[in-house]
Amino acid sequence: MVWKTIARHFIAQPAAPRKANSAAVAALRQRLTAAGHEKLGRSLAIRHVAAGSCNGCELELRATQNLIYDLTQYGLSFTPSPRHADILLITGVAGGNMLTAVREAREAMPDPVLVIAVGDCAVDGGVFKGSPAIAGGADAMLQVDLVVAGCPPAPAQIIEGLLALLEANDTAPRPVRVPR
Amino acid sequence: MRLLSPEDWRDFPGKFIALWTDAHYAYALYQPAQLVATPLVDGAYPALSHRGAAWFQRLAHDSNGHKAIGAADTRPAIEHFRSPDGTAAWPEFSSPGGEGIHQVAVGPIHAAIIEPGHFRFSLRGEEVLKLEARLGYSHKGTLGLIRGKSPRLAARFAARVSGDATVAHGIAFAHAAEAALGVTPPERAVYLRAVMAEIERLANHGGDIGAIAGDVGFAFLDARFAWHREALCEAARAAFGHRLMMDMVIPGGAAGDILPGGMAAILAAVLALENELPSLTRVFEDYASLQDRLVGTGIVSPQLAQAYAAGGFTGRASGQDHDARVSPGYAPYEHFGLEIPVEQDGDVAARIRIRLAEIIESIRFIRDMLKNLPDGALAVAMPAESGSGLGVAESFRGPVWYWLSIDSGVITDVFIADASTLQWPLLEIAATTAILADFPLINKSINASYSGVDL
Ligand code: SF4
Repeated sequence: MVWKTIARHFIAQPAAPRKANSAAVAALRQRLTAAGHEKLGRSLAIRHVAAGSCNGCELELRATQNLIYDLTQYGLSFTPSPRHADILLITGVAGGNMLTAVREAREAMPDPVLVIAVGDCAVDGGVFKGSPAIAGGADAMLQVDLVVAGCPPAPAQIIEGLLALLEANDTAPRPVRVPR
Repeated sequence: MRLLSPEDWRDFPGKFIALWTDAHYAYALYQPAQLVATPLVDGAYPALSHRGAAWFQRLAHDSNGHKAIGAADTRPAIEHFRSPDGTAAWPEFSSPGGEGIHQVAVGPIHAAIIEPGHFRFSLRGEEVLKLEARLGYSHKGTLGLIRGKSPRLAARFAARVSGDATVAHGIAFAHAAEAALGVTPPERAVYLRAVMAEIERLANHGGDIGAIAGDVGFAFLDARFAWHREALCEAARAAFGHRLMMDMVIPGGAAGDILPGGMAAILAAVLALENELPSLTRVFEDYASLQDRLVGTGIVSPQLAQAYAAGGFTGRASGQDHDARVSPGYAPYEHFGLEIPVEQDGDVAARIRIRLAEIIESIRFIRDMLKNLPDGALAVAMPAESGSGLGVAESFRGPVWYWLSIDSGVITDVFIADASTLQWPLLEIAATTAILADFPLINKSINASYSGVDL
C-alpha cells in the first residue's frame, strides 16, 4: 500500500528535508500578488521553447517545479499549449533550425505575450556566440522583455526573474537584467 | 590507427561505435577502442553496413560534404533549412502500406520541458507501426567552434555538448587531449573527476526514474526522486561551486579542489538517497498498475542491442555487458571493482532495474573515492605539442567518445560521439513494440540526448 510506504518513509527518515527560505518565499509571493494580478490575472502560464540549448537550462527549469521550489505556489505554471500561455520562455541560442518553430509558437500565442530569455545562450548566444549555425540569442528572434543570465541559471534565479518580469511590466514591456 | 583499403574498410568486422571524416580520411571506431581509417577519394568513402553507421554518414555529409558510397539512408542529419528564405519544405515521411494507417506529427517543440526534435509516427489505431525521428534542431555548430582553439579553451564546448552529461563529456574530452599530448593528470584530479561523474550519474538516474513513475501516475515517486536530484545538485554546488559541475573538468586535471564542507554535503546527499531507495524501489516492485505499464513496454531485443553495439543502461538492459569504465577502462575505476548489472528483457522495466542497481554502485564509488582521495596537485599544464588521441568516458547514458587532432597546441580537428547516436535508432524501433500512449515512457526510459547528436 502506498500509504504504508509513505508512512515508513517518514518514520525511517529523520533527515530534515531542505526547506526554501520561508521569509524569501513570503516576500516573493507578496510581490507576485501585487504585480501579477493587476497585469494578467490570477495565474500565469508559461510556454517553454528550447531553441538550441545544451539541455542544461531545461534541467534547471524543470527543477523549478520540484518540492523545494514549487513554482506553482507563485501562480506560475508551464503549459504545453501556446494558446493558453502568457509567457514565452526561451532557452538556448537562436538555432538556425528552430527559427521557424519559434516564430510559429509565438504566432500561436494570444497577446499580450511576455518573452523571457533564460540562460546565457538565450541572452546572447553564450559560448556559441559567432557560430554560423545560430542567429544569436533569443532577441535575434523576438522582442525580449527580460533575460536571466547564468549557465545555467539556478532554479531560484529563474523564479526571481519571472517575478521581476511581472513587476517590470506594470507599464510597457521593457528589458530588465537580473543579476547573477 | 590502422589504415585500410576501401574493401577492408567496408568489410571490417567488430562492434561499431562511430564514424567521421576529416580532410583526408574517413575514420571508424570499433569496441573496445580500435580506430581504423581509409583515404577519401574525391571526397567519398565506401558506406559501412553496420546498422549504427547511418547517422554518422549523414552527419559527415552535412558537416563536411563527404559522401558515403552505397549508403541506403541519405536523409539530412542537421541541415534542414538550407534555402535562403529559411523555409525548407517538410520531407515526405513514408508509412508502411496498408489500410487505415495515419500519421501523427510531434515536435520539434514538445509538450514537456525538453529539447527540440520531430517525431513522425505511423499508426494503425493506437499501434505504432513506424517512428521516424527527425533531429538536428539543436544544431549549434559545436565541432566548428572547437577547431582552432587550445584544449583548455575548447573544454567549455565539450562541457556543453549535452548539459546533463557535462562531467562525462568533460572527462572524455580531457582523456582525448591528454592522450594526444602525452599528459597524465594528477591522481587527485582523476579521483575528483570520477566523484563528479558518479554524482552526475546519480542525479540523472534518479531524476529519470522518477519522471517515468510520474508519467504513469505515481507522483509520489516523481516528487521524491526529484527531491534527491535537487539534494545532489545542491551538494555539487557546495562541493564544486556549480549545480551541474560544469567546467570543473579541464584537460590536464580539474579546475579546482573540493570546497570546504563539500565532502560532508555529498556524503549527506548520498546517505539520504541510500536510506530512501529501498522504500522507493518497493513501490516500483509492488504495484501492479505500475508494472503493467512498464513490463513488456518498449522492448529492445538483445539481438538488436548487439547489432547496434548499444552501450549504457540501454545496452545493459538488453543483454550487453559493456561499460566504458571497464572496457577499455580508465582511471581510477580499476581500483574499485565495478559490478556491471545486466538484464535480458530490454523493456522499460529492465532499464529502470539497471539504473536502480547502478545507483547503489555509484553511491559505493563516491564513498570509496572520497575516503581514498589522494593528496597533491590538481592539474598539469598542456604542452603546445602535436598529436592525435581518442578519449572515452561512461556517461550516465553510455559511452561518450572524443577524437582530437592537435597541432602545436591548437585543435585542428575533432569528433564527438555521444552514446545517444546509437540509441536514437533503438528508440525508433522500441517505439514500434507499444502503443502511442506509451511512447513518453519509452522515450524517457532511454533518454537519448538531442543536443548530444545535433553537434
Ligand atoms: S546557457 Fe549554458 S546551460 Fe543553458 S543551454 Fe546554454 S550552454 Fe547550456
